[in-house]
Amino acid sequence: MITQLMPAMVKVAERKIHSPEFATLYIDEPIDFKPGQFVMVWIPGVDEKPYTISHHSPDRFGITVEAKGIFSRKAVSLGPGDKIGIRGPFGNGFNMGNGHKRVAVVAGGCGMAPLAPLVEAFQTDNGPETLLIQGARSKSFLLYPDRFTAKAEICTDDGSKGYKGFVTDILVQKIKALPANLAPGFDMVYTCGPEIMMAKVFEICEAHGIPCQVSLERYMRCGFGVCGACVCGHAVVCKDGPVFGSKALRTMADFNTRALLKTGRSVPLNEYAAWRCQ
Amino acid sequence: MQTTFLGKTLHTPLVLASGVLGSNKAILERVWENGCGLPTMKSIGPAPREGHKNPTVIDLGNGMINAVGLPSPGYLNMEEEWQELSDRAFPINASIYGGSVDEFVRVAEFVSAKGPDFIELNISCPNSDQHGMIFGVNAQSSHDVVAAVKKVIHVPLIAKLTPAAPDIAGIAKACEDAGADAICAINTAGPGMVIDIESRSPVLAFKKGGLSGPMIKPIAVRCVYDIFRSVSIPIIGLGGISTGTDAIEIIMAGASLVGIGTAVRYRGITVFDKVNKEINDWLAAHGTTLEEIRGAAHREAL
Ligand SMILES: Cc1cc2nc3c(=O)[nH]c(=O)nc-3n(C[C@H](O)[C@H](O)[C@H](O)COP(=O)(O)OP(=O)(O)OC[C@H]3O[C@@H](n4cnc5c(N)ncnc54)[C@H](O)[C@@H]3O)c2cc1C
Ligand SMILES: Cc1cc2nc3c(=O)[nH]c(=O)nc-3n(C[C@H](O)[C@H](O)[C@H](O)COP(=O)(O)O)c2cc1C
Ligand code: FES
Repeated sequence: MITQLMPAMVKVAERKIHSPEFATLYIDEPIDFKPGQFVMVWIPGVDEKPYTISHHSPDRFGITVEAKGIFSRKAVSLGPGDKIGIRGPFGNGFNMGNGHKRVAVVAGGCGMAPLAPLVEAFQTDNGPETLLIQGARSKSFLLYPDRFTAKAEICTDDGSKGYKGFVTDILVQKIKALPANLAPGFDMVYTCGPEIMMAKVFEICEAHGIPCQVSLERYMRCGFGVCGACVCGHAVVCKDGPVFGSKALRTMADFNTRALLKTGRSVPLNEYAAWRCQ
Repeated sequence: MQTTFLGKTLHTPLVLASGVLGSNKAILERVWENGCGLPTMKSIGPAPREGHKNPTVIDLGNGMINAVGLPSPGYLNMEEEWQELSDRAFPINASIYGGSVDEFVRVAEFVSAKGPDFIELNISCPNSDQHGMIFGVNAQSSHDVVAAVKKVIHVPLIAKLTPAAPDIAGIAKACEDAGADAICAINTAGPGMVIDIESRSPVLAFKKGGLSGPMIKPIAVRCVYDIFRSVSIPIIGLGGISTGTDAIEIIMAGASLVGIGTAVRYRGITVFDKVNKEINDWLAAHGTTLEEIRGAAHREAL
C-alpha cells in the first residue's frame, strides 16, 4: 500500500513515450488523489524526487517525467517490471471550487502534468466550461495532444503548432473577448509552468479581478513540511502548497524572485533553474 | 506565558528545534507568530555544503529517521539573510557546527557579530562523518570546543548534546565548566537504519540516520533528568515533545524551555499555539505554575 510513510516498492506497469523528452510511467496501484498532489519517487541508489500525479484512476496512476538531469533521465529509461519506491500523496492540490461556471487552465510545458487530471475532472457533465490554453517551446513539447475534449488553444514559442507566442497573450485576448456583462469572466484561472509565466498569469488575473491558483516547485527533501528545504517566503511549498491561491501569492516574498539551493542558499530564480544535482 | 531565559524575555517557553523549517526569516517569523518563543535557525557550517542525496527524511509513523547531512550555505554566504534578520521583532537562536575546534571558533565569531540572541553549538549531529557528534560523545572535546567558542562570542552559548554519549550528564557538566550558559538536549537518537526489503537497500541515501519524534521521548526525558542533576545552568528539553502533557513531563525532568521539531509534521506549524494552550490548561487544572513543577520529578529523590 502506498502511504506517506516508508516508500512502497512498486513495479512500473507501462511506459508511454510521448517525445524524446517526455515519458509517462504507469503504476497499477491505488493511491489517494486530488489533482495537483505529488508523490516522492525513489530510485534506489540514485535519488528521490517529487513528481506530480498526471494520470489517475481507481487502480492505476501515472507520472510524466521530462528528461533533464541524472535522475529524470534514469526515470524515463525505466520500463515494465522495473521497481521504484513511492511515498505520498503530498501537498494540498487544486481547489476545484463549487459551482464554477467558467474556468481557464493555463499550462506551460511540463506544467500540463498536474493540470491534466484537473481538466479531466472539469470535463464531466456538470463541470464548468473549461478553456485550456497550452503552450510549449515547440510541437514535440506539447503534452497529451489527444487527451481532452475541452476547447484548447495551442501556442508554441517557435510557431511549430498553433499560435506563435505566449499563453499569456491568449489569456488576455480571451478575457477581453468575454462579454462585459460577465464579471469576472472566469471564476478561476489555474496555471502551472515556468514560474515567470505563472507570475505573469497572476498579474493578468489581478488586473482583471480574477482569482487564480498556481502550482510552485522548490527543492524538496521530506515532502511533508518539516525539513524547510522548500520554503518560498513564509510558505512551505510541499505542505501549504504546491498550489497557492491569489491571497497567499500577494504576500509571498520569494514568489517569482528567489529560491533556495540544496545548500539552503537563497538565489535568484534563474540561478536556481540553472542549478543541477550532481 | 512569558518566560525569561538567560536574561531575554520570550513570549512562550517553546523553542523551534534546529534543522526544522528554520531556513529563512519569513518562516522563522511565522513560527514565532504561531507561539514559538525562540525559533532556532538551521545549523550554519564553515563551508557550503549540500547535504546528502534523497531520501533524507522518512516518516516512520511514530517518529522520523533523517540524514539530511547538515546542508548549509556556509557562514560567509548568508549576508542577505543577516541583513533581513537585523530588523527582526523576534529572538533567534543561531545553531552552528564545525569539523574542528578552529572551524567552530571561526563560524561562531562571525555569527556572533551578526547579532543573534543566542548561539547553539551543534556538537551532536549524527549525520556527517566529520562533524558534530564526534565532539559531543567525549567530555574533553566538548569542553575544548565550548571553552574556545566562549572566548570569541558576545551572546549566551547553548551546547546541544547527543543521547549517543555514554554519560550525557558528564558531557553537560564539562560544557558548564567550559562556560556554556545553557544545555539543549537532545539531538536525534541512534543513529538507526531502515531497509527496504524489496530492493534490499537501506532507504536513506546516507544509510544511517537520526531518530526523532514520539519514539525517542523516553530517551529525551531520561537525558534531561540526568543533566538536571549534574548542572545548574538551564536546560532546553526536546525530543519527541508533541503535546502539552509531553512538555509538562520534560519540564518535571528539569527543562526550563521545551523544544519542538518533529511534531510540526504531526500537528502543523500551529503545534506551538496548541502546546502552549495545553500546558496552560494543565497548569490551571492542577493549580500550579511552570516554576513550581520544574524539576518536580527529582524532589522526592533529592
Ligand atoms: C511538487 C513538484 C512536482 C513536480 N512534478 C514534476 C513532473 O510532473 N514532471 C517532471 O518532469 N518534473 C516534476 N518536478 C521536477 C522534478 O522533481 C525534478 O526536479 C526534475 O525531474 C529534474 O530532476 P533531475 O534530477 O533530472 O535534474 P537535476 O539536474 O538534478 O535538476 C534540475 C532542476 O530540478 C530541480 N530539482 C532537482 N532536485 C529536486 C528536488 N529534489 N525537488 C525539487 N526540485 C528539484 C531544480 O530546480 C534543478 O535546477 C516536480 C517538482 C516539484 C517540486
Ligand atoms: C529533518 C531534521 C533535521 C535536523 N537538523 C538538525 C540540525 O541541523 N541541527 C541540529 O542541531 N539538530 C537537527 N535536528 C535535530 C532536532 O533539532 C531535534 O534535536 C531532534 O529532532 C529531536 O526533537 P524532536 O523529536 O522534537 O524532533 C534535525 C531533526 C530533523 C528531524
Ligand atoms: S520538502 Fe521538507 S519542508 Fe518541504
